[in-house]
Amino acid sequence: MPTVLTDVVCPYCGCLCDDLEVVIENNKIIETRSNCELGTKRFMEIDTQARLKAPKLRVNGELREATLDEAVRKAAEILVKAKRPLLYGWSCTECEAIRVGVQLAEELGGIIDNTTTICHGPTTLALQEVGISTCTLGEIKNRADMVIYWGCNPMHAHPRHISRYTTFPKGFFRERGQENRTLVVVDVRYTDTAKLAKFFLQIKPNYDYELISAFRLAIRGHKLPENVGGVPREKIEEIAKLMKTSQFVAIFFGLGVTMSGAKNRTIDNILSLTRDLHMFTKCVIMPMRGHYNVEGFDEVVTWETGFPYAVDFSRGYPRYNPGETSAIEALTRGDVDAALIVASDPIAHFPKETTRQLMSIPVVAIDSHESLTTEIADVVIPAAIAGIEVDGTAYRMDHVPIRLRKVIDPPKGVLPDREILLRILEKVREMKAAA
Amino acid sequence: MKPLIIKNGYVYDPLNRINGERIDIAIKDGKIVEDREINQAEAEVIDATNKVVMPGGIDIHTHVAGYAINSGRLYRPEDGHTLLEPRGSVCRSGAGYSVPSTFITGYRYARMGYTMLCEPAMPPLLARHTHEELNDIPIVDTVAFTLLGNNWIVMQYLKKGEYEKCAAFVAWMLRATKGYTIKLVNPGGVEAWAWRSNVKNLKDPVPHFGITPAEIIRGLSIVNEILRLPHSIHLHTNQLGVPGNFRITMETFELTRDIKANPFKGKRQQSIHVTHAQFSAYGGDSWKTFESEAEEIAKYVNTHSHVTIDIGQVIPGETTTMTADGPLEYNLHSLNSLKWINHGIELETGGGLVPFIYSKSNPVHSVQWAVGLELALLIENPFQVYLSTDHPNAGPFIRYPKIISWLISKKAREKEIQELHPAIGKRATIMSIDREYSLYDIATVTRSGQALALGISDAKGHLGVGADADVAIYDLDPNNITPDRVEKAFSRAMYTIKGGEIVVKNGEVVKEFVGKRFWVNPKVNENLERTMLREIRRTFVQYYTVNMANFPVQDVYVPLSAEIKIDSTAIS
Repeated sequence: MPTVLTDVVCPYCGCLCDDLEVVIENNKIIETRSNCELGTKRFMEIDTQARLKAPKLRVNGELREATLDEAVRKAAEILVKAKRPLLYGWSCTECEAIRVGVQLAEELGGIIDNTTTICHGPTTLALQEVGISTCTLGEIKNRADMVIYWGCNPMHAHPRHISRYTTFPKGFFRERGQENRTLVVVDVRYTDTAKLAKFFLQIKPNYDYELISAFRLAIRGHKLPENVGGVPREKIEEIAKLMKTSQFVAIFFGLGVTMSGAKNRTIDNILSLTRDLHMFTKCVIMPMRGHYNVEGFDEVVTWETGFPYAVDFSRGYPRYNPGETSAIEALTRGDVDAALIVASDPIAHFPKETTRQLMSIPVVAIDSHESLTTEIADVVIPAAIAGIEVDGTAYRMDHVPIRLRKVIDPPKGVLPDREILLRILEKVREMKAAA
Repeated sequence: MKPLIIKNGYVYDPLNRINGERIDIAIKDGKIVEDREINQAEAEVIDATNKVVMPGGIDIHTHVAGYAINSGRLYRPEDGHTLLEPRGSVCRSGAGYSVPSTFITGYRYARMGYTMLCEPAMPPLLARHTHEELNDIPIVDTVAFTLLGNNWIVMQYLKKGEYEKCAAFVAWMLRATKGYTIKLVNPGGVEAWAWRSNVKNLKDPVPHFGITPAEIIRGLSIVNEILRLPHSIHLHTNQLGVPGNFRITMETFELTRDIKANPFKGKRQQSIHVTHAQFSAYGGDSWKTFESEAEEIAKYVNTHSHVTIDIGQVIPGETTTMTADGPLEYNLHSLNSLKWINHGIELETGGGLVPFIYSKSNPVHSVQWAVGLELALLIENPFQVYLSTDHPNAGPFIRYPKIISWLISKKAREKEIQELHPAIGKRATIMSIDREYSLYDIATVTRSGQALALGISDAKGHLGVGADADVAIYDLDPNNITPDRVEKAFSRAMYTIKGGEIVVKNGEVVKEFVGKRFWVNPKVNENLERTMLREIRRTFVQYYTVNMANFPVQDVYVPLSAEIKIDSTAIS
């Protein structure tokens, strides 16, 4: 008999939708309902050929199956031997595993960093300069009459964002949903999100800083040049006026803004625009966090160490200096002599130079599926999938913590990240005590 | 766990009226016991000759866990770099001065002899976050106050005068969030701030909801007492931090004057606790005419037993302000132009943060410093006024020993005043106050008073038989007191004992573990609860972005649960 589980949380993107129905039978997922395409894939494709089911160790250049104890011992050996190990990944696992990760990094005197370092790191740097006016997504659903997506394409990356949280749904003060709101999209190309917008501003690549500045000038009534970054003056002034006269403006931005042009300076500018608008109305802004628990890593590491990412324990206390203690830079400089990668595939995403460095040092990979990183790793430990095979905590892109639900059992002998990490931590302590 | 005997110390235990008598304290299985219950040969003896022995300290209002403080840490790495603590054989590492990370928060409190903390601002939707952080604050017992003063459902019920259903909802919320009490912050004003507005006074209706702050405050106080909660409503007043606000504060006191405290246990008398009252005791009508009205507030408190306050003492220097009072933080940012965080939380509350520097050369900041101390010194009954800095708003908690030295010595105050702005002479009365606190008074305002007000004086805040064995021993000879010695002794406890275990010795943490979490679970009549749930379900489904089934904090977030069950079924 199939069973229908309700209120299931989707461990895919930063939307962390918690209204799914999942149909299971004999510990297999048959169907998911209310889910987007990406989320459906997440649930339906857990048991593919790429699923890791047994630990592996590299012997004479080849990965061979091993027992969990052997893999844990080898992993601990690699990490204990290293002078400056890097513990990287973390955005696709639950907070309970991240907490063990911090403890392990502290024990090893290593660096702990997550994908923030290559996504919204500049956003963090910018809000350390100017702060941020933000809110939970329900505030936007209930109040926003103007919604702006800048440098992001939620129709593809966060498919239910617009329909569940921001534009389409009826809100307490927006009883007619989309009719009560103006949707604006700023992007370098006419995306599927742009197609829904009342206003689409096609901006020339890397002109975000200039266009943001133009808005900041326009809302103060200053004169603008005829054209800024490919957008005509009249259009900018029209939108600026709309911003000032709306009751509640919500801005979302993606990697199109964070990782182009002036990076954190651009974000500094758009956060300042949000703040400036408070001279006239209410305005909030939110980065479109990608991985479902990238926000959770930042929260956990911040409360445990005092700093959000790129934390280095090599001196016995937490040190934070992005550019020095961040994964890419520490690796590229050749400082890192071993790596533990959890629930991430840096080999597929890091710059070429950095990847080369990573391939030249011993790597331990903990993941549910094969990836380029598990291919080059020296130790591979299969993990259960948080939010499907394990419960735990994750933080939505708006800081809302949600309890992930366990839907089915993991494959036999496959443990959650937190348990694998605890075993490694115990082994590390044992080895250090013996040394 | 080995039994302990603390021998020959000067014991200050105001709830048992013990004022510096030399009494031995026996501890067994985490509790204070009669001496004869202990086998002297087996027990570990602590020689407390010429030392001060007090119950473990209790902080009734300190922002240590959750969204707000974590935003402070995240956006102020410069604060983290200020005070770093390395990993030790027992302790985890950490960073932060005004916004310390969680592990070191626990250690720092324990080193000062504190054994219990109240996190005063938990937004229901983010409650899991608050509990996750509290679980990472070692040693101390903790509670969290649930923010309810701008909650839509609360406002809707109170507007209709449906106190019983409101009580059922509040009971459900406290259970769902594993909270300890009803917290109100700028009632109505935070909802107004979601539209970039505020409420101007107690009669100013909240946009759309039409209810006034006065109705919310009075309504929730009634709800609090019909639910028979151990603590009273815990209130951050309207127009906080604004010159001339003492009038609103006095009007606020009047709102619950006729409401009788009705806790299911304990002996608290107050029906309202006004927190960090220093920020609510201002006269004048602008920053230029700003002055202290602590005297007026104190006069009121001295003649009314239904009010308690904590002071929110300003400490000159740099800190981070954080509050659910969104408009206040925007105003602060407009004043000092430092980086501003704002947050809005659907259907519930909001908040903000701004770094702040209380400058000794600034007339307003100097008067603020005086206001807190005046409240402490002019309120006659120390059981009505408690020591706090509203950490970290008026200063970080690690400066409590400094405040104790000011309370205990006029000379220490005079020394500080010399460095402050001369406005203090004209716009405050501190210089004319001769009162000096005794150690008995200090014990009252740092532990026993809090325990009584929180409704946990059965187990906490005293050293009588049956109490939890939370004890602080300070290296201080009561017969030989100077402000410097006092400050030094209270900074680093000689011993801190928590639940019968020695956790601090000679000012260093020697043992750590997770503390207990107290939370209240009022049970109302089933029919009433069913009706209420039916009514609020629609609001949940339509306006929250989290499903109702995923809303309540799961048991796993409270590993050492100290649930307080309350029979509130008399409500119908």
